[in-house]
Amino acid sequence: MTAAVVEIRGVSKTFTTGRGPITALEGIDLAIQPGEFVSLIGPSGCGKSTLLRLIGDLTPPTAGSVTVNGKPARQARLNREYGMVFQAPVLMDWRTVQRNVELPLEIMGADKAERARRASAMLDLVELGEFARAYPWQLSGGMQQRVAIARALAFDPKLLLMDEPFGALDEMTRERLNLELMRVWRQTGTTIVFVTHSIPEAVFLSTRVVVMSARPGRISKIVDVDLPQPRTVQTRELDRYFEHITTVREALRRHEGAGPPDERDLEAIRAEGVAG
Amino acid sequence: MTRGRLADLAPVVAVFVIVIVAWEVVLGALGVQQFLLPRPSVIAASLVNEWGTLVEGLQYTTIEAIGGLAIGSVIAIAVAFATARWVLARETLVPVAIAASSMPIIAFAPITNNWFGTESPVSRMTIVAVMVFFPILVNTVRGLTTVDRGALELMDSYAASEWQILRQIRVPNALPYILTAFKVATTLSVIGAVIGEYFGGPRQALGIYITGEATLFRFANAWAAIVLACALGIVLYLIVAGIERLVLPWHASGGRGEGGGR
Repeated sequence: MTAAVVEIRGVSKTFTTGRGPITALEGIDLAIQPGEFVSLIGPSGCGKSTLLRLIGDLTPPTAGSVTVNGKPARQARLNREYGMVFQAPVLMDWRTVQRNVELPLEIMGADKAERARRASAMLDLVELGEFARAYPWQLSGGMQQRVAIARALAFDPKLLLMDEPFGALDEMTRERLNLELMRVWRQTGTTIVFVTHSIPEAVFLSTRVVVMSARPGRISKIVDVDLPQPRTVQTRELDRYFEHITTVREALRRHEGAGPPDERDLEAIRAEGVAG
Repeated sequence: MTRGRLADLAPVVAVFVIVIVAWEVVLGALGVQQFLLPRPSVIAASLVNEWGTLVEGLQYTTIEAIGGLAIGSVIAIAVAFATARWVLARETLVPVAIAASSMPIIAFAPITNNWFGTESPVSRMTIVAVMVFFPILVNTVRGLTTVDRGALELMDSYAASEWQILRQIRVPNALPYILTAFKVATTLSVIGAVIGEYFGGPRQALGIYITGEATLFRFANAWAAIVLACALGIVLYLIVAGIERLVLPWHASGGRGEGGGR
C-alpha cells in the first residue's frame, strides 16, 4: 500500500467561469499501484481528463492532495517522473520523427548519443524504426500517435498518463493500437492511467476501470478486470470480457440521470474544455 | 522535384511573355504616344543605352533598401521577442506600433532629409526601416504567441524552462510567420527607398533619376529605371523565398499531407 504510484486523497476541483463556479471533481480518493493499467471512464463533463491532469500537475486541485511516487504531484512533474500522451499527437512539424522522440531527452539534458540510442529503441518498440527520418505530416494519424507514445516513453518514466490517446482514430486502428499498447505495457512495466470514453477499450486494456459520474465528477464504481494476461485478439471473444463490459455499462447508466443533456451538461463540458 | 519546379515556372514565364508581346503589339497597333506608355522594345533600348547610369543608381538604392530592411527588421524582431515574453511590453508597445503603422510614413521623407541630410542614404534607410517595422513586428509576435496549447502542456509535463519553450516551440513556430513578413517587407523596402528618393537624394539614386528623366520628357529612361526597381524587389523576394526553402525543410517540401517528399 505504501508503494502506490499515484495516491489521490479527498481531491476536489472547482473551475471559476463567467457564470459562477463549476465543481468538476468532488471527493475523489484513488490509489494506483505499480504496474497497474487503470482506465478512467465516464460521461462528458465527469472530470476524467481533469483528474488525469491533476495527477500530472498540469492543473492544481482546489482541495485535497495528489501524490505521485510518494511526492507531491508538482515535485514529481519537476522530477520528470511521468510521460504524457494527449488525444492529439502534438508532434513538432519542424522535427523529424526521430527528433520528436528525442525532444524530452533534449529538454532533460541527455547527450546526443544517448538521445539517439533511446529514440531508436523507442521507435523500434512502436515499430516505426524505418520512419525515423520522416516528418510528422508524412505519417498517418495512427502512426503519429505511436510516435507520441514513443516520445512519452523515451525518458523511461515509471508512470504514463494518456488522455483519450486513440479517441480520434478509426475503430480498426484503435483496436490495433490497443494491442500494441498492451505489448508496450508488458515490455516496459510502466504504470498507465488511461482516459477513454470507450467501454470496450477500457475493459480490454485495464486491470481496473474507474467509472465516474458527472455533476459533480465523482468515482461511482471501480471494476476489477480479471481477464487473463496477456490480452490478445482472443480476449475480445471471452464471455468474461462481455460480462465486464456489461458491468461497466450498467455502472455508467446508473448515474446517467434522466433525459437528454441539459444546459448544466454543456457547462460542465465547457469547464472541461477550459481544462483540456 | 526539379522537374516539378520547372513545370511550375512554365505558366509564369508564359504569362510574362504574353503580356510583353501584347503590350508591344497593342501599343503599336493603337499608335499610343511614347510619352504616355513606351513600348517594351523602346524601354529595352533605354535600358541598354543608360545601363551605366542605371546600374550606379540601382546600387545606391539597393544599399538603402537593404540597409533600411536590416535596421527595421532587427528592431522589429527584438521588440517582438520582448512583447511575446512580457505582457507589459505587449500592452504598451503594440498599440504604439499600431498607431505608428497608420501614419503615411513616406510623408516623413522631408523630415528625415532634415535629420540626416538629403545626400545621406540614412535618410531613406530610416523611411524603409519604419515601413518594414510593422509587418515584421506583427507577424513575429503572432508566430511567437499562437503556439499549440498542447505543445505548451507537453513542455510543462517535461518541466521545461521558459527559455527551452522559446527555443524549442516558439521560435520554430514563428519562423514561417517571420519569413512571410520578410516577403512583404522586401517589396516595401524598395518602394520606401525609391519613393523616399523622390524627395531628394544624390544624383545617381534611382528615384532621383526617374523624376529627373520624367521632367525632361525622357519617359522611356524613367521606365527603364522603374523596370530595374521592380527587378530589385523581385530579386530580394526570391532571396527570402530561397532562405525559406533552406530554413523550413518541413514546409518547403510543398506537398504537405501528400507524403511523397521522403
